[in-house]
Amino acid sequence: MSNNANFPLLTLIMFTPLAGAVLLLFVNKNSTNAIRWIANGFAGLGFLVSLPLWFWLDMATPDWQFVERHEWIPSIGAEYLVGVDGFSSLLILLATLMGLIAILSSWTAITTRVKEYYIFLLVLQTGMIGAFVSLDFLLFFLFWEVMLVPMYFLIGIWGSANRLYSAIKFFLFTLVGSVVMLLGILAVYFYHHEVTGIYSFDITRFHQLNMPFDLQWWVFLAFFLGFAVKVPMFPFHTWLPDAHTDAPTAGSVILAAVLLKMGTYGFIRFSLPILPEATRAAVPWVVTLCIIGIVYGALVAMAQRDWKRLVAYSSVSHMGMVMLGMFALNAVGITGSIVQQINHGISTGGLFLLVGVVYERRHTREISEYGGLSKVMPAYAAIFLVMTMSSIGLPALNGFIGEILILQGIFVVNKIWAAFAATGIVLGAAYMLWLYQRTMFGTVDNPKNENLPDLNLREWATFIPLLILAVWIGLYPKPFIDRLDSSVVRVMMRVNSADVSLNAGAPGAGVQSPVVSSDLLTLDGDTGDVIELPVRGGAR
Amino acid sequence: MDLIWLIPVLPGIGAALNGLLGIRYFSKPVAAAIACATMGGALLLSIFAFAQLLGAEHREHVVTLAHWIPPIPLQTVDGLGAFEAPWAFRLDPLSGMMILIVSGIGFLIHLYSSSYMDHEPRGGYVRFFCYLNLFCFFMLTLVLGSTFLVMFVGWEGVGLCSYLLIGFWYHKKSAADAGKKAFVVNRVGDFGFVLGVFLIFFTFGTIDFREVAEAASQMPVESAAFGVLSTICLLLFVGAVGKSAQIPLYVWLPDAMEGPTPVSALIHAATMVTAGVYMVGRNAVLFSHAPMVMTIVAVVGGVTALMAATIGLVQTDIKKVLAYSTVSQLGYMFLATGVGAFGAGAFHLMTHAFFKALLFLGSGSVIHAMNDEQDMQKMGNMKLYMPTTFITMFVGALAIAGVPGLSGFFSKDEILAKTFVASPWLWGLAVVTAGMTAFYMFRLIFMTFFGEYRGPKWGGDAEGQADGDHAAAADDHGHDGAHVWHGPHESPKLMTVPLMILAVGAAVAGYVGIPPIIGDFVGVGNAIEHFLEPSFVAESAALAEEGEHAVAHLSHVVEFGLMAFSVLIAGLGIALAYHLYVRRPKRAVELAENWAGAHRVLTNKYYVDEAYNSTVIKGTMGSARGLWAVDRNVVDGAVNGAGWLTRALSWVSHVLDKYVVDGLVNLAAWICAEGSYIFRRGQTGLIQNYAVATLFGVFACATAFLVVRFMG
Repeated sequence: MSNNANFPLLTLIMFTPLAGAVLLLFVNKNSTNAIRWIANGFAGLGFLVSLPLWFWLDMATPDWQFVERHEWIPSIGAEYLVGVDGFSSLLILLATLMGLIAILSSWTAITTRVKEYYIFLLVLQTGMIGAFVSLDFLLFFLFWEVMLVPMYFLIGIWGSANRLYSAIKFFLFTLVGSVVMLLGILAVYFYHHEVTGIYSFDITRFHQLNMPFDLQWWVFLAFFLGFAVKVPMFPFHTWLPDAHTDAPTAGSVILAAVLLKMGTYGFIRFSLPILPEATRAAVPWVVTLCIIGIVYGALVAMAQRDWKRLVAYSSVSHMGMVMLGMFALNAVGITGSIVQQINHGISTGGLFLLVGVVYERRHTREISEYGGLSKVMPAYAAIFLVMTMSSIGLPALNGFIGEILILQGIFVVNKIWAAFAATGIVLGAAYMLWLYQRTMFGTVDNPKNENLPDLNLREWATFIPLLILAVWIGLYPKPFIDRLDSSVVRVMMRVNSADVSLNAGAPGAGVQSPVVSSDLLTLDGDTGDVIELPVRGGAR
Repeated sequence: MDLIWLIPVLPGIGAALNGLLGIRYFSKPVAAAIACATMGGALLLSIFAFAQLLGAEHREHVVTLAHWIPPIPLQTVDGLGAFEAPWAFRLDPLSGMMILIVSGIGFLIHLYSSSYMDHEPRGGYVRFFCYLNLFCFFMLTLVLGSTFLVMFVGWEGVGLCSYLLIGFWYHKKSAADAGKKAFVVNRVGDFGFVLGVFLIFFTFGTIDFREVAEAASQMPVESAAFGVLSTICLLLFVGAVGKSAQIPLYVWLPDAMEGPTPVSALIHAATMVTAGVYMVGRNAVLFSHAPMVMTIVAVVGGVTALMAATIGLVQTDIKKVLAYSTVSQLGYMFLATGVGAFGAGAFHLMTHAFFKALLFLGSGSVIHAMNDEQDMQKMGNMKLYMPTTFITMFVGALAIAGVPGLSGFFSKDEILAKTFVASPWLWGLAVVTAGMTAFYMFRLIFMTFFGEYRGPKWGGDAEGQADGDHAAAADDHGHDGAHVWHGPHESPKLMTVPLMILAVGAAVAGYVGIPPIIGDFVGVGNAIEHFLEPSFVAESAALAEEGEHAVAHLSHVVEFGLMAFSVLIAGLGIALAYHLYVRRPKRAVELAENWAGAHRVLTNKYYVDEAYNSTVIKGTMGSARGLWAVDRNVVDGAVNGAGWLTRALSWVSHVLDKYVVDGLVNLAAWICAEGSYIFRRGQTGLIQNYAVATLFGVFACATAFLVVRFMG
């Protein structure tokens, strides 16, 4: 186990925002500027302490890194077990960066109940990071649920007109999914006990289970409901446009950039490797939903008159693309899927930030209220252009890398699927450019728009990291793709024995001590009862 | 040659400087100087690289800068491969020719624009040069790219710049619409292109041009069945059709004329729109193995050439004539590639770049002189006011019409000769097109430069009319309003010098490709085709020789006859234009009236835009709105329905709870209460009553005991 120099890096990353939240509790609620400085400071600190994940991650090893293991609830075998690989480290970095940006973007936008607002945002940060680092399924579930609460209040208190409806819808939708998911978790847990005699929620153990197909299938459905709601996949997506539309800007940014990734993260971390056969069997069904989502989301986006709702539906379309790449079940598709998760965070997060900028100035999201903004806000228009291009996958910007990998990945599986999915690139261009034309081009017809101030320094600061990332990933995605290698191999080892990595040396990716035998690669239903869990250091 | 990557990067740096700093800080001359200097640098590097290429024994040089997409394992037809895309650039004869065209003409157009765009306010001026530089960056990336994906970077990038430059005057709805249309229509083409690239990877396990060509040359020619190579080529051709504005995706190009004229010259005539032809040429080996697709290419090219030419006959907007002419000439190039004459197609691409850039810039000069008037009906006799523009444009018109001795003659003749070998029918199409080309080009020249002046009057500074004009001009194009129109005038040197250089090019560029009939006579071969040939064949195979042989079969007599005939047709076209627009201008109007139906169809461009509007666009928008309704009412309706159902159930439970469950509880309580009322009667508190009751009890027990005892 590498990078485990007894320094609890992940715990530090996870609890830095929470420490900020706790500190805020003791600040007078009327000293709003002090609150803002503290919140921004801790968000910045949170990002800084997460940077070692980029620099210290060992890309050569297939092992989990920065692992911490402590007892939590010994009676049921639940542990405080955290660790990362390339995939989760990227998502954590995305979460800490977007969290910082979201908090920075709220400086002037939020003027009521400032203290509670920042506390909720910081708690949300901890919840998200916690979910990404948990290697204990119960711990993951805990954080998964923890995230709901602050988000619920963020929408419900600081949202716009329909905020209560949207907040409750968001909460209930996710809750229904996660309750069913919990049943799935318990099924795996008890199955694991049955074959090993050990009570444990350790997912590295679950990754080695060979469950009978029927059980896999039911658990897959349970997980699917939980994760698909979060992604969101058609037809479970309708909470998203409402939540996005009514959430405050920072809420939308976090929601789009990070919270949706919980769903895709869940699929890649849990569904695919724990339930490989059910995953393979589900491919046609899931792909169908993905393609519907891509085309449907794009077309519905085209019909929107509300700026934020349009971006929200574009999210449905893009997340369909992310899921599609994943269910290609080959290395290119899954790599593309993960890269596109990062990209979606950058571009859609950026688009929501952009809407927030004009919303703060005009307090309307109606597209028809705008027009000709290029004239009054040229810098804003330029950034919006880059984000639009990133969103529609212009080569040399980030979105293209993900899209091309996803489509190439699915193409070798099924050409017709790829052709249907690729229509998304035409429709995507159509609705985004139309949005751009309606808001940025033309003459300034609305007198209220005549004197809109262009971006201020703070707003620039929120966009610059996103612009740099968009160009960086577009021109040189290698550092990102390289660190995904072992994560992808880990999944591939389970769901598909044909493709293995060219880069990662050891084929034993996935367990702490790589002793995966070749039996695990040939998964067939009849041997489902056979379990062979190597005895490892962490086992009791 | 290891520095070829700098050729695109230089204008890229210019774009970055102007974009990041210039819009805020640079003055107009500084911005123009940066843009022109970076382009000039790219031109010098291109010339240098080209000279080295000429001197090199092995005329192919690949520079790999870095990994872009690192290798990731992926299944191909032949087992496990690796999907990867390096940042690699390739200099070979074809890309060598292209970088000369792009950087050369690009540089001239940068110079020209520095004067042409001078009426723009500073911010717009700098923005223009930023976009123009950015375009050159992407275009040079496109032609130098060594893999399909690097080419695609340029391919989409030029699309973006085209979008930005067409919509440069974004406050005009028509301009913004046209930009969006160009981008979206191109995306339809790109849809085919990316699928083609996916299939290429799946088939060959690589997306490098050279490796694909080598692998394809080992495969059998698909003359009988429509196999995988044919599918690849067809998909790639869809991309080419979008980018190079062929049927059915040509509709964006005429609208693209909303952009400033230098943009039309650079992007929509000389360079970007030829990218499709370039791409097909780049994949000559693939296409040679897919004869059925080659037929499609030739037919699409030929029909587009003819159709666009017919529309060009009746347009009165000077730029629209040139736009349809461009569509038509691009069709010519596809016709050439479709009959296997890749060299001839590339040759025509080169000559066309010269004379079409010249014609567009000339028209820009005229438009400038006429205070932004584009309608030829309001021009006339301009040769009097702007002799340099007239002479240079005249040379350009002669060149495009195919008058012997000028560049267009050589390249067109080459195409016609090779088409004749492949299919006399297509040759007929092409010759008719050539006649029409000569006609509409000279119609343009005659309407603009000859006859009587039909434009608006102009006066001295004292007259109020000039102020009115100036105000109108300011409204129309956002000019800064610093100038007052003094009537048509010759353009400044910065505009005329590029015209003159291009005119020389348009005149002599053809001499690099002298046809065999003349070449054999004077002992000079067709230099350009010989030079380009290595780019069109796989190293291991000598495929294109078939094409060479085919032409060689043409006897000199036939070839000379064909040449004479096409010259005759071109001459007829010019003569007819002279007759109708100089000698008897009324006759043209009469003709239009006599053939009103046909005229209307042509002026309305066969109603293709209308047809697309009422089918594709209406259909898409309709389904968008329909699905939005479905989303609200059905999908979300189900969710809200579930919510409603839950609430309804909860109400029912509430009722049940209140009246049934709680009712039972209350009933029990009531029974107890009532029951207790009865029993309470017994609780009198009088000892006598209790004694009586006790007595009764004792009797009862005794009786029961006795009964049980004795009965049992």
